[in-house]
Amino acid sequence: MSEGAPTATAAPPDPAPPAPQRESRGRRALTISQREDLHGRLLVSPTVIVVLLFAVLPFLAVVLFAFLDVRLVDIPRLYIDNLEFTGENVAAVWGSPRFWSAATTTVIYAASSSAGAVLVGLAVGLALRRPFRGRGVIRALVLIPYVLPVVAAATIWKTLLNPGYGLVNAVGTEWLGWAEPIAFLTTTSRDLGPFAVPVALLCVIAFEVWKTFPLAFLFITARLQVVPEDIEEAAQIDGAGKTRIFRHLLLPELAGVMALLAVLRFLWSFQNFNDIYLLTGGAGGTEVLAVRVYSELVVRANIGTASATGLLMTGMLLFVVALYAWMIKREKA
Amino acid sequence: MSRPSTEDRVLGVLRWTVITVAVLVTAGPLLYGFLLSLRPFQSVVSEPLDLFPSLDEITLEAYPTAMAEYGLGGNMWNSLQVALATAGLAILFSVLGAYAAVRLRFFGRNTVNVVFLGVYLLPGIVLAVPLFVLLSRVGLTGTLVGLVFVYVAQTVPVALYMLRTYLMAVPSSVEEAAMIDGCGRLALIRRVVLPLALPGVAATALYVFMIAWNEYLFALLFLVADRERWTVSLGIAQLTEFSVPTTVLMAGSIAITVPVVAGFFLAQRLLVTGLTSGAEKG
Repeated sequence: MSEGAPTATAAPPDPAPPAPQRESRGRRALTISQREDLHGRLLVSPTVIVVLLFAVLPFLAVVLFAFLDVRLVDIPRLYIDNLEFTGENVAAVWGSPRFWSAATTTVIYAASSSAGAVLVGLAVGLALRRPFRGRGVIRALVLIPYVLPVVAAATIWKTLLNPGYGLVNAVGTEWLGWAEPIAFLTTTSRDLGPFAVPVALLCVIAFEVWKTFPLAFLFITARLQVVPEDIEEAAQIDGAGKTRIFRHLLLPELAGVMALLAVLRFLWSFQNFNDIYLLTGGAGGTEVLAVRVYSELVVRANIGTASATGLLMTGMLLFVVALYAWMIKREKA
Repeated sequence: MSRPSTEDRVLGVLRWTVITVAVLVTAGPLLYGFLLSLRPFQSVVSEPLDLFPSLDEITLEAYPTAMAEYGLGGNMWNSLQVALATAGLAILFSVLGAYAAVRLRFFGRNTVNVVFLGVYLLPGIVLAVPLFVLLSRVGLTGTLVGLVFVYVAQTVPVALYMLRTYLMAVPSSVEEAAMIDGCGRLALIRRVVLPLALPGVAATALYVFMIAWNEYLFALLFLVADRERWTVSLGIAQLTEFSVPTTVLMAGSIAITVPVVAGFFLAQRLLVTGLTSGAEKG
């Protein structure tokens, strides 16, 4: 493949070029710190170039496109000098009820799946805290959802939940006495007694919790391993039960890592496209912002509104990041 | 004194319930997919509750069907090329970058770190819009090369961050000795730093490989029009849109999972050796 070109840019020049030697004998052309500076910049330059071209530049382009009247068919005729600026995209997206309903869905989805992932990770982490035979194997098995390719995981879940031959519906109709199979991934809401249950949304949240709790489990386990044991032993000798030890000793120790995990998971779930698109395609009340960006881009072929949606979405993310940073700062002060 | 003991008993039961449920829920679906891939489609439809196929029923038919008839074999080859190229380039770039970040003081070092962190937080779907536009403007959509560069940009910051930790563990006295012996910067990285940090580098490479192998969104956006170039994730996802037998889809899902799970266990082993060999210095 095209590995030749970037490799060439990655090669820093020879540290001792012949030219300076000719100019001044005995004196180094570059001091050690100057050379360090040069080498440092040369060594990071391939990374910087790739990141600038494929991440920073595109982000600036999103900001630009959000204020342009541009559709997919216009791409071949898109030049810097014939751009027409407009505020209509942002206005249209901001005024669209579909955007706000997607935003609400996204917040519900991200908040519940991040909370779920952290809590399940905590439960499994605590359950696997004390060693027993076979713990290593179980730890490895628990990580499966996290390493499974998302497409494979979604395909298996779709089969499990299939109304025709899926295991869940088979168990439900044969053993649990369901009147009929449930089309889990397309049902917007279903009455269960006095409650309307958002079936499809719960399914994609469950999928996200299932797929991401292993990460929380790993972090919490790592944190549990460095909890000092002597205080716990002292509390035990003083007659504190396990729940009290957990509440007053372990939980304060774990609070930091759990908060960080919750925030990170929220940020990632907030922008998640794959899982929802693969499971439901955005149907059944699961249309999140990421899916909206995609359908604006691909289905409606409108680059302007897709970018405007993406820009507003990034703005919300930045707001959450800023909030978290502010809270951390206040706590430290 | 009875309260702690009831509490302990309840918690003990709860603990094993959590462990059992966790194992069932995490390993169960994968096992389910594997078992379905061994059965004829007709029997899956008529007897969805018969999880374990009888011996005379077991068939491996779904695998060659998925690979040849539905083209997943070719898709896998595409994925392999993309993932290898991504891992190779990302490691090359990030080893150089991580070395600079750990050992060298240069102008703009902190700015670079902040920018990388920012890139990590930017939503992929938001970057996808302009990347789609810009790459189709220069004619790189529909090519695997364009995809590789996007993947490299997405993974290099993480790879660099991971590698930094491993490179920090390499004692700088070894490097200084090599430099005094007249070793240039690049030769130093290749001959001294890389071998010492090899487990970490290999683990990072596997991690990047897995990300590229699993990636779906960008493959969908860039390649969907050209079936010849589909990656295997895209291939399977596209097949679910048609009435392809579930058994074939399960076979495909298991087939793309095997390299990832193998790689994961390999990486774990590498990391464990890496950590213990570091700990021995005491």
